[in-house]
Amino acid sequence: MSFKSLNNPFDANKSLLHTSDCSCPMCQAEKAGPAMSEKEKQAFIEQKADQSVQIKQSADHNAVDDSMPSNSEEMIDRAVESAVVRSVFGHNDFQRRSFLSMIGKGTAAAVLGSVFPMEAAKAAMKETMGLGKLEKSKLNIGFVPITCATPIIMAHPMGFYEKYGLDVDVIKTAGWAVARDKSLAKEYDASHMLTPMPLAMSMGAGSTAKPFIMPTVENINGQAIVLHNDHKDKRDPKQWKGFKFGVPFEYSMHNFLLRYYVAEHGLDPDKDIQIRVVPPPEMVANLRAGNLDGYLSPDPFNQRAVWEKVGFIHTLTKDIWEGHPCCAFACSKEFAVQNPNTYGALLRSIIDATEYSAKPENRKEIAEAISPKNYLNQPVPVVQQVLTGRYADGLGSVMNIPDRIDFDPFPWHSMGVWILTQMKRWGYIKGDVDYQKIAEEVYTAAETGRVMKELGYEPPAKTYENYTIMGKEFDYTQPEAYIDSFKIKRT
Amino acid sequence: MLKSLKVKSALLSIIFLVILLGIWEGANQAPTDTKPLTEYEMLMGGASQEARVPPPSEVIELGFKELSDPFYDAGPNDKGIGIQLGYSIYRVMVGFLLAAAIAIPIGFLIGMSPLMYNALNPFIQVLRPISPLAWMPLALFIIKDSEISAIFVIFICSIWPMLINTAFGVANVRKDWINVARTHQLSPLQTAMQVILPAAAPTILTGMRISIGIAWLVIVAAEMLVGGTGIGYYVWNEWNNLDLASVIFSIFMIGVIGMLLDMMLAYAARWVTYQE
Repeated sequence: MSFKSLNNPFDANKSLLHTSDCSCPMCQAEKAGPAMSEKEKQAFIEQKADQSVQIKQSADHNAVDDSMPSNSEEMIDRAVESAVVRSVFGHNDFQRRSFLSMIGKGTAAAVLGSVFPMEAAKAAMKETMGLGKLEKSKLNIGFVPITCATPIIMAHPMGFYEKYGLDVDVIKTAGWAVARDKSLAKEYDASHMLTPMPLAMSMGAGSTAKPFIMPTVENINGQAIVLHNDHKDKRDPKQWKGFKFGVPFEYSMHNFLLRYYVAEHGLDPDKDIQIRVVPPPEMVANLRAGNLDGYLSPDPFNQRAVWEKVGFIHTLTKDIWEGHPCCAFACSKEFAVQNPNTYGALLRSIIDATEYSAKPENRKEIAEAISPKNYLNQPVPVVQQVLTGRYADGLGSVMNIPDRIDFDPFPWHSMGVWILTQMKRWGYIKGDVDYQKIAEEVYTAAETGRVMKELGYEPPAKTYENYTIMGKEFDYTQPEAYIDSFKIKRT
Repeated sequence: MLKSLKVKSALLSIIFLVILLGIWEGANQAPTDTKPLTEYEMLMGGASQEARVPPPSEVIELGFKELSDPFYDAGPNDKGIGIQLGYSIYRVMVGFLLAAAIAIPIGFLIGMSPLMYNALNPFIQVLRPISPLAWMPLALFIIKDSEISAIFVIFICSIWPMLINTAFGVANVRKDWINVARTHQLSPLQTAMQVILPAAAPTILTGMRISIGIAWLVIVAAEMLVGGTGIGYYVWNEWNNLDLASVIFSIFMIGVIGMLLDMMLAYAARWVTYQE
């Protein structure tokens, strides 16, 4: 590790080098070596810096300028100044000190400032490090109580928001229409949504048009088609004519995947079956009451139907489209533009939390953290079966599918294009659609990739790819041809 | 004689209650597992997870637990029953008082003036039968605040019974009393305050009593829709977990609070009745 001194680079009496007997807080922390964790080191350095500020201030009131930086923001400022000054002198500290002793630090700073945009460099540095001053640290984030929201929820009890200086209230929401309305009304700063929702909202489909952005996908896979126990012998979708199905929202992957699935089996989703919008928590009760024959819904309500001995899992959506996106984390473009640093911190905590959720070894612990009343309000064994993928299918077998639900933050533009093709296919949007443009405006994949890299994760090198869904190829460059290739469609 | 009738009926009530709870309790005992469970059975929750209505003992136990700590606050989505009820009562009161502040003066106006009555009647007739919840999406869209929207819904549903009852009460004050006021040369304001208001007060309070009943009915549904806080949210959150014991307990609490609100206004009505 090569630390440079955080001494004032404009001071001729201060060295910017760290010799072996250096007594600056950073070197001391380094010397303590492996005994300290990164966090402890950070705390130690800041504490020392604080002390040196106090000592200097009490010794000489005019010497504040020479003090050590006392918080992370000042440290970045100092580091940038230091780097610029050092590069001017070709990293020769002796030259720098002799030059400064001749002309004085004030003049030197002024001269340098006139030729180099120091303030802009500092701001840019803070922006990339996500450490600028938070415009707003108290946030309200909405979520619908389902396991898809795992990263958003678990970031709260497990301290991922706190880590980035945010004080977040995660607020349980009765359904996606309410989440949409509360987001439009700015009651929520950001919210758990379904991946098609920000696309639909930005285009004004099903709501007033307002630009929303979707920096991250929450989960991939994680849904299932559940049927009532009475239909155990009707495993072939061709026998489903006249069935009543529930989906949680019109602009949802659930709706589009169910439509796709039955249409591939030759059923017209608008004529041969009935699709009703039912909020997830009401799915099981409706299934039990015989009001629904089945549903394609988020977990834990698929597993809950099995746990309640009402239904069985017919198929996981993972077997329809392996790795399909489902829920999303979204906010209005306005929020991101007006609060860039807050947005950056939020994005980092969500990406961190999503990557943490992706690790199978963390799933059990997460299930326990998000099951209480304040979050999902579900029995722990049900949530655990969903997250670990070792579950009873309601037909007598124990299945072991670790990626039954998985978490991946990267918002592929091609996923957005696919969703738009289905919205067009079923008549939710009409006229000419500039698929790639809309997907690129709403799904901010480039920025997400940059932040992922910064946090040490591996983002994909591209933002588009082709998919094979139930054996059928989707070519993102040919969206219109893809729609035309379907036999059952509305347009 | 009367006293013994009261005692007898009270006794009978208790006997009914015991029989009812006994049947309920007996019919809903949880099955227990006899053999050790296989992994599949464990993942299915075992026999005790069989869908059933919880017996009263379970509900009473839960109620005792909830009521022994009604004001705990474990985050924005998990608050004690006392706090939830408090939120609901607060919303009902604000909406109801706002409605009273508008409905009673307007009711007075249309009750005293046949012209205004005929002019405003069509509006009232069209607006009155609209379900308060039908206003909810519109309110959310326009007001852009779920708290104020919920209060608005209470306001809009409480206003009509008060308006109509006030107008009816004012219009039906006996003519000779007004004539007496006229012979005493009371000003119109004095007539309104000293003759018509006391005479119409019982009808007005009846309207208020109907209103608060409706408002309490509506708040539960409104809070289920919007979520966040309140007894309606509490029911929804427990339904979300298919936890019937909590749902039954909260239904009981909603009944108790509704009864208390009604009793308050019934008590107030006794203050304003008069002997002819």
